[in-house]
Amino acid sequence: MVQLALPKNSRVQKGKHHAAPASATKVKTFKIYRYDPEGTENPRWDTYDVDLEACGPMVLDVLIHIKNDIDPTLAFRRSCREGVCGSCAMNIGGRNTLACTHGHAEVPGKDCQISPLPHMPVIKDLIPDMSMFYAQYASIEPWLHTTTPEPQTEWRQSPEDREKLDGLYECILCACCSTSCPSYWWNGDKYLGPAALLHAYRWLIDSRDEATGDRLDELEDPFKLYRCHTIMNCAQVCPKGLNPAKAIGEIKKMLVDRVV
Amino acid sequence: MANYQFIDHKFDVVVVGAGGSGLRAALGCAQAGLKTACISKVFPTRSHTVAAQGGISASLGNMGEDDWRWHMYDTVKGSDWLGDQDAIEYLCRNAPAAVYELEHWGVPFSRTSEGKIYQRAFGGMTKNFGEAPIQRTCAAADRTGHAMLHTMYGQSLAHDTEFFIEYFALDLIMDEGVCRGVTAWKLDDGTLHRFQAQQVILATGGYGRAYFSATSAHTCTGDGGGMALRAGLPLQDMEFVQFHPTGIYGAGCLITEGARGEGGYLTNSEGERFMERYAPSVKDLAPRDMVSRAMTIEIREGRGVGPKKDHIFLHLDHLDPKMLAERLPGISESAKIFAGVDVTKEPIPVLPTVHYNMGGIPTNFYSEVVTRLGDDPDKVVPGLMAVGEAACVSVHGANRLGSNSLIDLVVFGRSAALRCADTIKAGATQPELKPAMTDGHLARFDKFRNASGGTTTASLRLEMQKAMQEDAAVFRTTDSLASGVERLAAVHAKRPDLKVSDRGMIWNTDLLETLEFDNLVGQAITTVAGAFNRTESRGAHAHEDFPDRNDETWMKHTLTWFDDATGKVAIDYRPVHSYTLTNDIAYIPPKARVY
Repeated sequence: MVQLALPKNSRVQKGKHHAAPASATKVKTFKIYRYDPEGTENPRWDTYDVDLEACGPMVLDVLIHIKNDIDPTLAFRRSCREGVCGSCAMNIGGRNTLACTHGHAEVPGKDCQISPLPHMPVIKDLIPDMSMFYAQYASIEPWLHTTTPEPQTEWRQSPEDREKLDGLYECILCACCSTSCPSYWWNGDKYLGPAALLHAYRWLIDSRDEATGDRLDELEDPFKLYRCHTIMNCAQVCPKGLNPAKAIGEIKKMLVDRVV
Repeated sequence: MANYQFIDHKFDVVVVGAGGSGLRAALGCAQAGLKTACISKVFPTRSHTVAAQGGISASLGNMGEDDWRWHMYDTVKGSDWLGDQDAIEYLCRNAPAAVYELEHWGVPFSRTSEGKIYQRAFGGMTKNFGEAPIQRTCAAADRTGHAMLHTMYGQSLAHDTEFFIEYFALDLIMDEGVCRGVTAWKLDDGTLHRFQAQQVILATGGYGRAYFSATSAHTCTGDGGGMALRAGLPLQDMEFVQFHPTGIYGAGCLITEGARGEGGYLTNSEGERFMERYAPSVKDLAPRDMVSRAMTIEIREGRGVGPKKDHIFLHLDHLDPKMLAERLPGISESAKIFAGVDVTKEPIPVLPTVHYNMGGIPTNFYSEVVTRLGDDPDKVVPGLMAVGEAACVSVHGANRLGSNSLIDLVVFGRSAALRCADTIKAGATQPELKPAMTDGHLARFDKFRNASGGTTTASLRLEMQKAMQEDAAVFRTTDSLASGVERLAAVHAKRPDLKVSDRGMIWNTDLLETLEFDNLVGQAITTVAGAFNRTESRGAHAHEDFPDRNDETWMKHTLTWFDDATGKVAIDYRPVHSYTLTNDIAYIPPKARVY
């Protein structure tokens, strides 16, 4: 009989509990994934009873409150705090999103569980290793390819052609979509994932770009593109309201169109 | 002390920071065939340039006649004549080419019906030397910084720049006044690195987080300025801190000036469009310092809105919802998330919020760092450059115009790269680094790593931020600034009592925030010291005990040196350049700054 063993560090143990101060009036419990790469212990769930009156409305406000006033060792990425830099993507209450634009009141129930983006190697606490994700983004050559000599001024682009980039260029590379995709979980090394493919389409559809054929050639591969099975988790979780699945569908149509 | 080992790297150029200016500099150096490293504490597209909204100024003339000289006049006037006019000329005449370059790289600019880059009105941008507002600010909806940064990162992937991502720069490697490189801490594996280079370019951004409420990202901790101060170099014009008129009340998130450029306006509790009283010709499109002061006065005089009468309304609800969706989608979303406001129906509650540092590391228009040495006010520091918000070149003088920051990034990022190409030989032999050059870096790192006092970094940082917020605000007085000097001295004095709880080397964000706080504190102290010292009002420095500009005494840049051990600040000056770059335009002499 096949014996399956969980990889090292995958069994998460019970961690420390941090009780709220006695004066707290509105308490919510946050159960947070902790992992110390320099220690010998398995990851653990630490629980923090947080006085919501002591912090702002967003989950990031809660995390910063924990770090400032309860436990300075908690590690997470954050920067802009307004949903444009994509640093603080994590899994909150079972859903990938940005901590900075996700209100703690939006998380149903008394407790809120927070873990790193799923199926990524964890470096520490809520910080995943994004190297593969970035390499996939780079692989679609996210820059304008032209062969025509550049004009003295701008390339002309009609407002209608420019509009085709809306819903695509706004991507902030937070990886919420890719790391919510079961197909990406399974074939993350070979399937480019929704974020990289959304960007691939952004350049394919740019009226200024002159490498459409080459770009499509690169994508015509059983894994890179066709592992999308329209599960649509990507569109469901995108904190910017984008629809990578639709972009992927459009690429597939372009591939069909050039054959027929 | 633990036995720390450096991993060594040798490059022709090392750029610290991967925002707009850092990427542009790194790209240019790589294109010139120089072996170039770009190190950044965040992944490049997470740099704060990503948050720039309204646009990038350049006299393309797509919406009607324009001229770089008009742009220059506006920038000089906006700077309240503290800007160096040779650098401002360099900025404005090179701006159009810089924008076309970005477009050629693929920036998804919004378009006019002819297919040209769309340009919108912005504060202080006028035609024909101050006659009337002009549309000069090139926009990609209200996500121009995001569009630029992602495009530039993509472009740099097409070139040979080597990125070192999530490396936190510690200190400059100085050798008898020459910069030889930089040390850095790699967050994901805890190793320490020594980057040797013929030229180091600091592109580390501003220090907005010295204040309690800022539009700046959490990562805007002025790390380059902190490193420069520790290297014994002065910072320039630190007293000039820009408050953006429209930060969202409470959250502090930015609402672009482009909102007013597209027809939005401010009202007080009486529903009055009060800017008409303060700037009759340009009204809501006055420069930021003036609008922030006007809003502060309205609130002070009891005409603020809300239950506490402590903020102002920004109206977009009279504008066409279709236009809002097309041109201002990002801020519509921010207003919804952070203020619960539907901009098509209700006004946005706003408040002047710390936004930009005009001051920084002094440079010339080649982006070379300069200092004052005896009688020489323009002594170049060999091996060191600075660009972007970290630098003070100075094109923004006492007050930056909106959309002049993004153009500053690319024009001076490019100038730094051009200068490197002119002055550096690729692969040239570099002198051997000696441990004595970096022992101090390690000692500082180790000291904070093992800090075991009684004051958490978060609590001391808060003390600093509150002091800055209260004592070095939109309006300053001799008393408030004296209080600020005293309170920050107290913060500095408590630094030895800091407590860091995490002793690890991998992604130790407790230590990271402590090192960042240490970078901030020197800049906070030089800011209040410079402000206390400058007994006049100019641009963003509004001193109520000295309400007038005093060109006779104060037409000069403040230089501040910081003694890290004692917390003492030394002050000297550099003259404002009273000349332009070429004969294409004459020096614009100071006059009253009215709009």
